[in-house]
Amino acid sequence: MRRVVITGAGTINPLGHSVSETLAAMRAGRSAIGPLEIRDAGRLSVRIGAQVRDYVAEEHFSRQQLGLYDRFTQFALLAAAEALAQSGLPFPDGRTERAGVVLGTAGGGVGTWDESYRAVYEEGRNRVHPFVVPRLMNNAAAGHVSMRWNLKGPSFSVATACASSNHAMGLAAQMIRAGQAEVMLAGGSEAMLCFGGIKAWEGLRVMSRQACRPFSADRDGMVQGEGAAVFVFEEYEHARTRGAEILAEVAGFAMTSDAADIVMPSREGAARALAGALADAGLAPEQIGYINAHGTGTAANDRTECAAVADVFGAHAGRLMISSTKSMHGHLIGGTGAVELLACIMALREGVIAPTVGYRAPDPECPLDVVPNTAREARVEAVLSNAFAFGGFNAVLALRRA
Amino acid sequence: MSDDIRKKVFEIIAEQAVLEVSEIAPEHSPQDLGLDSLALVESIFAIEEAFGIEVPFNANAPQQGDFDISSIAAIAAAVERLVAEQRGA
Repeated sequence: MRRVVITGAGTINPLGHSVSETLAAMRAGRSAIGPLEIRDAGRLSVRIGAQVRDYVAEEHFSRQQLGLYDRFTQFALLAAAEALAQSGLPFPDGRTERAGVVLGTAGGGVGTWDESYRAVYEEGRNRVHPFVVPRLMNNAAAGHVSMRWNLKGPSFSVATACASSNHAMGLAAQMIRAGQAEVMLAGGSEAMLCFGGIKAWEGLRVMSRQACRPFSADRDGMVQGEGAAVFVFEEYEHARTRGAEILAEVAGFAMTSDAADIVMPSREGAARALAGALADAGLAPEQIGYINAHGTGTAANDRTECAAVADVFGAHAGRLMISSTKSMHGHLIGGTGAVELLACIMALREGVIAPTVGYRAPDPECPLDVVPNTAREARVEAVLSNAFAFGGFNAVLALRRA
Repeated sequence: MSDDIRKKVFEIIAEQAVLEVSEIAPEHSPQDLGLDSLALVESIFAIEEAFGIEVPFNANAPQQGDFDISSIAAIAAAVERLVAEQRGA
């Protein structure tokens, strides 16, 4: 079977504007969650989030480009550029008809929707910017990445709420395995930290007003983030032949559906995805040293996720490490699995396990080693990355040391 | 005023539970009436809209936040208190 490896990584997220900045923050256990600085923040009841700070779009893009790029597209383009630079691939030259891009996003151009609704409803204007449709569409980011790097193979966007990135990356890996492409850019992007984007989440009553404390007994909800991460997935022989540095192998992927509830997670559905990823990768449970948890910090997710891990791993559940980096970068919704894959690569390559910060008290319903508050050095051979979405859609990736 | 609030709370809960008001007893819990977490969140939204108040309720920690949801009577009493506080009545 054709194997899939990762030969490049790029990101911009609340922890940093590059992979190195992001990993340094994860090692230090630094949280980027703070007071939201957005228009009309005073009318929100949830006023914290993890924003991408010190970001000036005009430093990266021309006025003409910014007319077409929503914030989620800007993030995706910056992450893709960093990933491709690391990969050493010759794009936009080379065999780009055998390369494509699959990106996850839950909301697409939420900021563009928000601004346009303000213009017509709040300000009573009868005209919006002519590029509103190509800015806000969910596949805008994938489209611009394809255009920027001349990728002429299969490209599309995936929207499965909080599992969008994991579904995108899993599908990209399957396409390389199936021989549909040699190289796929894969990951996700989200930028919904605007008034309407946060107002919508507020209504669901699952947001914390203080902090994201996954697995901690005193956790009281999730905190939103924003940003993107993009990876270069490449067929193993293709990467080896050109002497590329391999960051990790994408060993397996599984997706399941709960078929139960639109928002409440299912232990059984999550467990089937975890077991499926192990089987697809040909890994025994005992080979998994680390799991990057979905770990949203809600009462329901963290309890259910720990139970599912216990079901699949048995006694080994008590030996493996599981952490939620959402405690630092927030929940990037459709982009979250991509940023979290960075923690998985750090674990495999550098032997550093990113911590769950903000952890204050053990919860008997989350009795696992959640790597509380401080990063840990540990050699691991294989890892999993979990994503469990509204809709009851579960997507788990398995990575192995290169 | 207080009776009106109580009556309206019962009507909101009845609509969410797809029951007649006469079928709801003050000592019923939301669970007794078959209200799941989504229905509870929607009930609280309806209460906020009906009375023009903010209800401190986090689905992650429903026992916290100073809003007692242990029974329909408790919810009605909490709403009466919030209306008095927030409207200065």
